[in-house]
Amino acid sequence: MKNDQALIEYLLRLADTDMVLAQRFCEWCGNAPALEEEMAMLNAGLDLIGQARNWYDYAAELLDDGRDADHLAFRRNEREYRNLLIAEQPRGDYAVTTVKQFFFDVWHHLVLTRLTESSDERIAGIAAKALKEVTYHRRRSTEWMLRLGQGTDESHRRLADAVENLWRFTYELADTDDVEDQLAEAGIGAGNVGDAWRAEVARVFAEAGLELPEPARHFYMDGKNGKHTEHLGFLLAEMQYLPRAYPDATW
Amino acid sequence: MYAQQVDTGSKGLKSLDDMSPEERHFQEKVDAEVRIEPKNWMPDGYRKTLIRQISQHAHSEIVGMLPEGNWLTRAPSLKRKLQLMAKIQDEAGHGLYLYSAMETLGADRDEEIEKLHRGEVKFSSIFTYPTLSWADMGAIGWLVDGAAIVNQVPLQRCSYGPYARAMIRVCKEESFHQRQGYEILLTMMREGTDEQKEMVQDAINRFWWPSLMMFGPSDTNSPNSAQSMAWKIKRHSNDELRQRFLDQTVPQLEFLGCTAPDPDLKWNEETGHYDFGEINWQEFFDVLKGHSPCGIERIQQRKKAIDDGQWVRDAAVAYAEKQKANDAA
Repeated sequence: MKNDQALIEYLLRLADTDMVLAQRFCEWCGNAPALEEEMAMLNAGLDLIGQARNWYDYAAELLDDGRDADHLAFRRNEREYRNLLIAEQPRGDYAVTTVKQFFFDVWHHLVLTRLTESSDERIAGIAAKALKEVTYHRRRSTEWMLRLGQGTDESHRRLADAVENLWRFTYELADTDDVEDQLAEAGIGAGNVGDAWRAEVARVFAEAGLELPEPARHFYMDGKNGKHTEHLGFLLAEMQYLPRAYPDATW
Repeated sequence: MYAQQVDTGSKGLKSLDDMSPEERHFQEKVDAEVRIEPKNWMPDGYRKTLIRQISQHAHSEIVGMLPEGNWLTRAPSLKRKLQLMAKIQDEAGHGLYLYSAMETLGADRDEEIEKLHRGEVKFSSIFTYPTLSWADMGAIGWLVDGAAIVNQVPLQRCSYGPYARAMIRVCKEESFHQRQGYEILLTMMREGTDEQKEMVQDAINRFWWPSLMMFGPSDTNSPNSAQSMAWKIKRHSNDELRQRFLDQTVPQLEFLGCTAPDPDLKWNEETGHYDFGEINWQEFFDVLKGHSPCGIERIQQRKKAIDDGQWVRDAAVAYAEKQKANDAA
């Protein structure tokens, strides 16, 4: 694959993951366990959509086929979406949301940190701005891991259940594929952050009183290449409803 | 404003001569436009009226997130999604500072929220209406936030300091929301398809009258106004504010190229105001009594969020206590 082609793939993965996670945050609106959490989740969601827009804009320029950021977000179907599997999992209870977010935030922070050094200046710039936001996201989800892990018996049980359910999707955070390896070699992409990810997760798990499972192994699903769980189709159906129902409309 | 029919407990205004020395001193301060602050003496009725009004206002901000939240997962573009998220986030913030203002009067946020969930206190009638298309996000921003601003601008001079100061910040943010809402509608009318234009007119048809009802009952049927005005919690009558809102809104409606669902709406050269038709007061009082389109669902959703979140809040409290114990050890 040419670097440009690989780069488009890579940008879409970053953008789609942000977008899908933000959509899950939107689902919490009106349903959060406290008003302060309502605000915090909307805030993180706003950050993620802002970041997604930056990645989509860049991808659209490279694609140069008339599609813009909105088109990329609202008109591609689940086989075209490139988000990580962990992002599309249902929001579940607050423990599920916390674990999802924590796994992602640790990965996201590592990836963005490396991307600030990217030889592609556009990427480095977007990453630097995003990193400030994501540093806070990671701190927040880490704090919730500890609160729930050390809080009450019930919160600990729910947190452990969430880990058990979600751990299997984490191979995407620890492993890389050809696209990622190629861009890392070219000095553009972040490459593999698996070791650092596992080390940080292990540190927080120990403090939260959780057992660290064996590394998750790849199985059939592959979000980065458009092979998703069944949840994504419904998420997109809802999110893309208006642009798809009224293709000629201007909003 | 999101408070309607706030009971003052008053059975008629007292003259200064009938007041106790404390009450008289209080009223003279109010008359002289000196702000009342949390630690100042205040009549019990004043305190209770403010708690009722501010809690109702805060609840309305929080419940008001729901009709918009209904479209948050379906916002049609990145820009619109970001705008709506930011707007809803602002509303949560308004709710929080209003609850804080209320707590300066000795009320407790959790207790007041429980009263809301038990149906003992109200929230604004407007938020019991369903949002049925994306154009409703524009109509709510323009009409509902617009009506709220007209009501809240005078509250910036409310005699109770913490409430007045909260309103200054709230008004600033809501003016922004109102322009954004109008811009949603304007974009659909100017650049949209015929279907989108129909959506806009339909949204206006559904939200027009409920927005006018936001100002509360007509002056002839507003038994609590006189006391609230004497206390300078309220500065203008319901009908005055309703007229002010209408006068500023009709030209905007015409600029959009839309119409109001009111055949009697017309400019009155003599009065210099728009005349308008009779509000369906039966609907207004029905809604306040709970016979409303989505009132039950709104409260069910809020109650469920708080009930389902109990274990999360318990965990946060338990964790904080453990941390404190560790720090002390």
